[in-house]
Amino acid sequence: MSDTVQTGKPLLEVRDLCVAYGAIEAVRSVSFTVQAGQIVSLIGSNGAGKTTTLRTISGLLRPRSGQILFEGRPIHTQPAHAILGMGVAHCPEGRRLFPKMTVEENLLLGAYTRKDEGIAEDVERVYDLFPVLGERRGNKAGLFSGGEQQMLAIGRAMMSRPRLLMLDEPSMGLSPIMTQRIFDTIRDLQRLGTTVLLVEQNALAALAQSDYAHVVDLGRTTIEGTGHDLLADQRVRDAYLGEN
Amino acid sequence: MFATLMQQIANGIVFGALIALVALGYTMVYGIVQLINFAHGEVFMVGAFGGLATYTWVLPADVKQIWYVALPLMVLGGVVVSVLISLAMERIAYRPLRNAPRLAPLITALGVSVFLQEAVRLFYPNATSAQPFPATFITTPLVIGPVTVPASGILLVAVSIVLAILLQAYVNRSRMGRAMRATAQDPDTARLMGINPDRVIVVTFAIGAVLAGVGGVLYGVYINNIDNQIGFQNGVFAFTAAVLGGIGSIRGAVIGSFVIGLVKNLADVLLPGGTAYDYVWIFVLLIVVLVFAPQGLFGEAERVRA
Repeated sequence: MSDTVQTGKPLLEVRDLCVAYGAIEAVRSVSFTVQAGQIVSLIGSNGAGKTTTLRTISGLLRPRSGQILFEGRPIHTQPAHAILGMGVAHCPEGRRLFPKMTVEENLLLGAYTRKDEGIAEDVERVYDLFPVLGERRGNKAGLFSGGEQQMLAIGRAMMSRPRLLMLDEPSMGLSPIMTQRIFDTIRDLQRLGTTVLLVEQNALAALAQSDYAHVVDLGRTTIEGTGHDLLADQRVRDAYLGEN
Repeated sequence: MFATLMQQIANGIVFGALIALVALGYTMVYGIVQLINFAHGEVFMVGAFGGLATYTWVLPADVKQIWYVALPLMVLGGVVVSVLISLAMERIAYRPLRNAPRLAPLITALGVSVFLQEAVRLFYPNATSAQPFPATFITTPLVIGPVTVPASGILLVAVSIVLAILLQAYVNRSRMGRAMRATAQDPDTARLMGINPDRVIVVTFAIGAVLAGVGGVLYGVYINNIDNQIGFQNGVFAFTAAVLGGIGSIRGAVIGSFVIGLVKNLADVLLPGGTAYDYVWIFVLLIVVLVFAPQGLFGEAERVRA
């Protein structure tokens, strides 16, 4: 784990975000930054507003107030398809593959906005990373196991060559071994230069992998620190790591 | 009796091919935006008038005599009118209601349908009475034993099948086709792939309008006259065919159309009531199918949208 100093222009900056579904404020005041090259986690209990935050960053939801800056530019007024084009990929909760399409079609959809020649090469790169997908590239995505689907969902998100990869609950429903496999993959992607914003209820696994982390509680960012620090923080241990 | 049956089967296939060109538009639009575009029959109707207007006012007299030049130009004219009308209705009537409850665009579609029928009645000379369509190119019919099919009927079947195959290939193989299927399966996730839903919707309406425009002009050539009610009449059959086949399914719309065409034409001679009972038998069939297979013959159970 690298000791990262929170300086310089951040890749992503979320300022005092407020998002509501009708009268219900799911996110009241969320602020955090993501430095390029880091893995940053948002941890917190179910319903804290983590998923809503990601969906707002990717443009599926509009904030009631607050700002989202990517590379210094405000993106919270942009449509979702434009935000992907800027380099923000969102691997949504529950994977959300296109179940009736093949593995290969799902990957090609991940590269939908790209016009360059390297798409076929990147598809092969995903198959190298996850050989099980390559062996069954013509099969419908809905037929795969949870872990394999998560691999495909991450591979699909990487096909846009994002600078920021947002992952929502990648370990959900997976065995401990598969969870480890997914987190190893996230590490590898970081090493290859991708910045990662991770949302997890599995706080222990997430913090162990994160350069920096924020606790989201009742729609607000509260405690923050390096993954290492938060693992040692008594408040975090009490509330999120299952210790009393 | 045998000769009559064979003739009715042939007529049913031709009618099915015609209905398929309209049903494909219903099913494509429903697949993408979950809207039954009740005004789609009028897109077919304005296409027919567009073809007729091209013949009447655009084509020079000597070109009118050469059917293999005149007909493609009429089809082109009809398609242009259909596409323009269809894109205008999407932009003006449906897009502002994109996030409204589903009933709102449905009722709007009925309004657009009435609007277009009345607009043609008001602005196209004598559009309520049958407007004779040029028949110069319907020369020798195809005669197989007891069955006679006019050349325009053969053309209709051929064009319809070719266009349906091209559409299926486009949706399955092209980049835009993939974006359409993604949007139909999961619109939010499609947006996360960088797919602009507005563009997909516009392309979908345009494709439906091209098919309906071709159908409108070929209908005029086949039936020999058109009026401003043909969109409603044939739209009901096409909509029923799309639902029967499983709305959202391309294959279902085509097969549903041929089923409707055959049932309609066979019922005319086999069941009591004759042509006056067309709608009765077709809706009886629809009800029976929907009771046992609510998703239609080739449809999938309604997806629950997150």
